[in-house]
Amino acid sequence: MSNWFTQVAAVTAFSLRTIAQRRGAVLATAVGVAGVAMVFVGVLSIAAGFRGTMRSSGAPDVAIILRSGADGEMTSVFDRTETQLIADAPGLARTGGTPQASAELFVIINLPSKTTGSDANVPLRGVGPAAFTVRDNVKLVAGRRFEPGRNEVIVGVGASRSSAGLEVGRKLRLGTNEWDIVGLFTAGGGSAESELWTDATVLQNAYQRGSSFQSVLARLASPETFQIFKDALTANPQLKVKVQRQTEFYEAQSGALTGFIEGIGFFIAAMMALGALFGALNTMYTAVATRVREIATLRALGFGAGPVVISVLVESLLVSIAGGAVGAAAAYVAFDGFTASTLNWQSFSQVAFAFRVTPALLLQAIFLSSFIGLLGGLFPALRAAKVPIAAALRET
Amino acid sequence: MSNNHEVLVDVQGVDRVFRRGSEEIHVLQKLDLQVRQGEFLALMGPSGSGKSTLLNLIGGLDRPSNGSVAIGGERIDGLNDRQLAAWRARHIGLVFQFYNLLPVLNAQRNVELPLLLTSLSATQRREHAAAALDIVGLKDRNTSFPTQLSGGEQQRVGIARAIVTDPTILLCDEPTGDLDQKSGDEILSLLQALNREQGKTIIMVTHDPHASHRASRTVYLNKGRLLAENPE
Repeated sequence: MSNWFTQVAAVTAFSLRTIAQRRGAVLATAVGVAGVAMVFVGVLSIAAGFRGTMRSSGAPDVAIILRSGADGEMTSVFDRTETQLIADAPGLARTGGTPQASAELFVIINLPSKTTGSDANVPLRGVGPAAFTVRDNVKLVAGRRFEPGRNEVIVGVGASRSSAGLEVGRKLRLGTNEWDIVGLFTAGGGSAESELWTDATVLQNAYQRGSSFQSVLARLASPETFQIFKDALTANPQLKVKVQRQTEFYEAQSGALTGFIEGIGFFIAAMMALGALFGALNTMYTAVATRVREIATLRALGFGAGPVVISVLVESLLVSIAGGAVGAAAAYVAFDGFTASTLNWQSFSQVAFAFRVTPALLLQAIFLSSFIGLLGGLFPALRAAKVPIAAALRET
Repeated sequence: MSNNHEVLVDVQGVDRVFRRGSEEIHVLQKLDLQVRQGEFLALMGPSGSGKSTLLNLIGGLDRPSNGSVAIGGERIDGLNDRQLAAWRARHIGLVFQFYNLLPVLNAQRNVELPLLLTSLSATQRREHAAAALDIVGLKDRNTSFPTQLSGGEQQRVGIARAIVTDPTILLCDEPTGDLDQKSGDEILSLLQALNREQGKTIIMVTHDPHASHRASRTVYLNKGRLLAENPE
């Protein structure tokens, strides 16, 4: 057996030493696989980034309450009485006896995009006084909070990055209303960073929404009290509500878009992989063809077919993995942390997010490259094993 | 020449038929050949007469369609590919017309190649290869790569590779076919010395009557049949 391994190691070493003589074709294959890995990682880092943003938007001890049948805030509506009934339900965290529940509404406004100059949808959210305790990851990084009752807004850092004219101190004209931009906030990378916030009552008046809200965001006493809270609301005949943990809500919100991006990513990567596969096949067939006399000589001297097959596979695998690693690394350098914004189809508003090249994605790219290498090397390897020794010895 | 008259190679009633589409090509027909231990046999004949095919059958690089091939009393025509490969590694030294050296390896490494199939240590392999290169007169060129050697020198390396495992038979397929007269003569002298001084059994395919004169016996093939012999 050790003799067999010696054969494998020796034949593989000869094979690898001949790479320099075939560097053009080998390089073309490696670049092809690098391209596949780069596109694969690049596209899927969009989905990973978007999913990550939506996930970090939610907390397990925060519940979002919508009207029963609504699939997002856009299609939900509550009146003031209903939001008070929700806030009074058991299971919520309280500060000085006041439940930590924020009745909210939002309108979609148009702001020019910084990159294209064309208008893009941005959510302007009206929040209750408890909004900052319910969303405890919201932190002001510049300016101050808006004052209740005044036309003041604070701007999420994501919105500020992607839309023009949202600097603190500037004024924002929306229809007949003028708003002062008084603060800039972060929200732990969550989707709230893509929003503008103001006092809910001011927003209701500005947009003639009467006393209606669209959702209630409530902090639970603990993640375990969710069921008590949910049961109390669903058992109340005065309410028709859908109660979800915030994490589940955002997961569902991001599902359609991430699924779509991943679908496109896999499709493009599969098409490119097919191209790279033919490149690898061609290179390895050429490698076998140019080395046919060498292979026959080794076989004639007594080397087995197995070591020859393995040597071809190893070369193909190494070239593909090297290409894949370079492509994945290039994708990491080019895309990781690259910020973009896209339309969240559930809220029809922009969500700013950063591409995320995760270790899992890099690993998947290496697996994909290995697969291309193995498949690209398999048939040439089998051909090498079947080289007719006597005839091939005389090839010139 | 050795005094040992034991039959080493025993080819009996061998046919070799190749198929090209529906056509059958009878390259060897009912051929019998015995080669004794220590002989230096030249196989001559026109192109397509079956010389190389016969050499391939004796060397276990091919199998007969009919008949038997026994080397040292062991039938090899029934061995499978894996068994034949192992058998070749133990018993056969091959010398090719175009040397068939691996261009990425230097002379020393090329000669060491067949030893990778043995249980020798790396040091022993190096020593054996150095000894073989010494026999062919290339001790000082051990680090040269094939492209840095002349045709004659490359063939010497090829011969060193063939004898390094101390094989039962040396099979040479047109060993001087790619060389000029002077280099060819040197190679033939080397083969003759291996035969006479070390008792190596050699079977050599050649077109060249001059080369065949160095052999102890010459057999002629035509259209797959043995024509005549001119024993020394």
